[in-house]
Amino acid sequence: MSELVWSILKALVGVVAVILFLSLNVLFLTWMERKVIARIHVRYGPNRAGPFGLLQPIADMLKLLTKEDIVPEKADRIVFNLAPIMAFLFALLPAAAIGIGSGLIAADLPAGVLYIAAVASLSTIAVLMAAWGSNNKYSLLGGMRTAAQSLSYEIPLVLSMLGVVAIVGSLSTQDIVEAQSSAWFGIIPKWFIFYQPIAFIVFLSAVVAEMGRIPFDLPESESELVAGFHTEYSGMKFAMFMFAEYIHFVVGSALLVTLFLGGWHLPVVTPLAESLGVLKYVVQVAVFVAKMYAVIFLLMWVRGTLTRTKVNDMLGFGWKGLLPLALFNVVLTGVVLTLRGGA
Amino acid sequence: MSVSEAYLTVGIFVLVGVLFPAVTIFVASLLRRPAKPEPGKYLTYECSVLPFTDARIQHNVEYYMYALLFVLFDVETVFLYPWAMTYRSFGILATAEVIVFIGILALGLVYAWKKGALEWMKGWR
Repeated sequence: MSELVWSILKALVGVVAVILFLSLNVLFLTWMERKVIARIHVRYGPNRAGPFGLLQPIADMLKLLTKEDIVPEKADRIVFNLAPIMAFLFALLPAAAIGIGSGLIAADLPAGVLYIAAVASLSTIAVLMAAWGSNNKYSLLGGMRTAAQSLSYEIPLVLSMLGVVAIVGSLSTQDIVEAQSSAWFGIIPKWFIFYQPIAFIVFLSAVVAEMGRIPFDLPESESELVAGFHTEYSGMKFAMFMFAEYIHFVVGSALLVTLFLGGWHLPVVTPLAESLGVLKYVVQVAVFVAKMYAVIFLLMWVRGTLTRTKVNDMLGFGWKGLLPLALFNVVLTGVVLTLRGGA
Repeated sequence: MSVSEAYLTVGIFVLVGVLFPAVTIFVASLLRRPAKPEPGKYLTYECSVLPFTDARIQHNVEYYMYALLFVLFDVETVFLYPWAMTYRSFGILATAEVIVFIGILALGLVYAWKKGALEWMKGWR
């Protein structure tokens, strides 16, 4: 009995740690995104609240907290009110199986990667709920687009992870990162981006589409659909959708780092950190977060550079470009690994 | 960490993942400014035009075509994961079978492609 209580307590600590980590990153990201995009546009971006506008996210949060909450009279109230909760839940769940350091993981599931793929695809349901519940034309169109888009890119995403899984022979994210720990000549890291370059490109494109970011932000294209599925939401419910969206951003980047960029391993640095005792965890988290922000910065740069694609181009790219490429990569990986008798 | 403990953690995640936003929205409802009802506020937003007809209209059949194709290929990808985990013990035979399997599905993709199921709004150009 006391063992069960102990397990539940440990799980609660994990949940609180994950939510804290995500919240801090999301708060920082909302500021960073506006600042980076502003600099790309040759503007200043937020610079009034606090030094460099760093307190802007807190000001935004206070504003959203006190906003009036409007439910349109034609909305389906139950579905409408449930949707933001579901959106947050499905955004949070994948984070449970991603570790930011060796052992620093909430739930080291043996089926980790498959679990992440499964729960990440559930967020489509939350978006469809919001779209249907709002009873608004923009929302419903945005919701339908989201469904078509995330269904289309789910398949290349899952197929591109298959190559990595085949090399490691394990679905646990901890094992996948540990398999990337060594280096050639002690300096060139053995990250899976070098073993699986095709899978990396497919995964990067598909994950951007799953996040619904430019160039694949059709679900909420501001200029034609106002805001897509969250047009009718205000106040804290709107905040929950934004929160969920940025959690997707963090989790997607973290997954990319875990699968292809060596997680918390960095040649020279991590082997040195092994002798530091408890401090090595600080180094691991710092390395992981640094890599994560490198990916995030790249995706923000992409947003500042590219334009939105058309619906037919977006779906065509997924089905006629990424899917055949991902299938080819699976066959190639299978043949090479079998001929070599395992990695 | 044992496997059952890991899945217990996922269960706690589901619980907290529902409670956290629910409580946040409830607390915010106590903090927010008093509502000032006005009939225009509760209209469906349509860029200041008075809304006409219901939003739940018939949609393009293409959306459902993609959903059907998705079910087909997603089941396939799930079948491939057990192979990725166990090809070491089954060797060349299993890999050959997987290649045949992927070949059949690639044929299916080519068929859908040629039939025009991957073209958006084909009849409307």
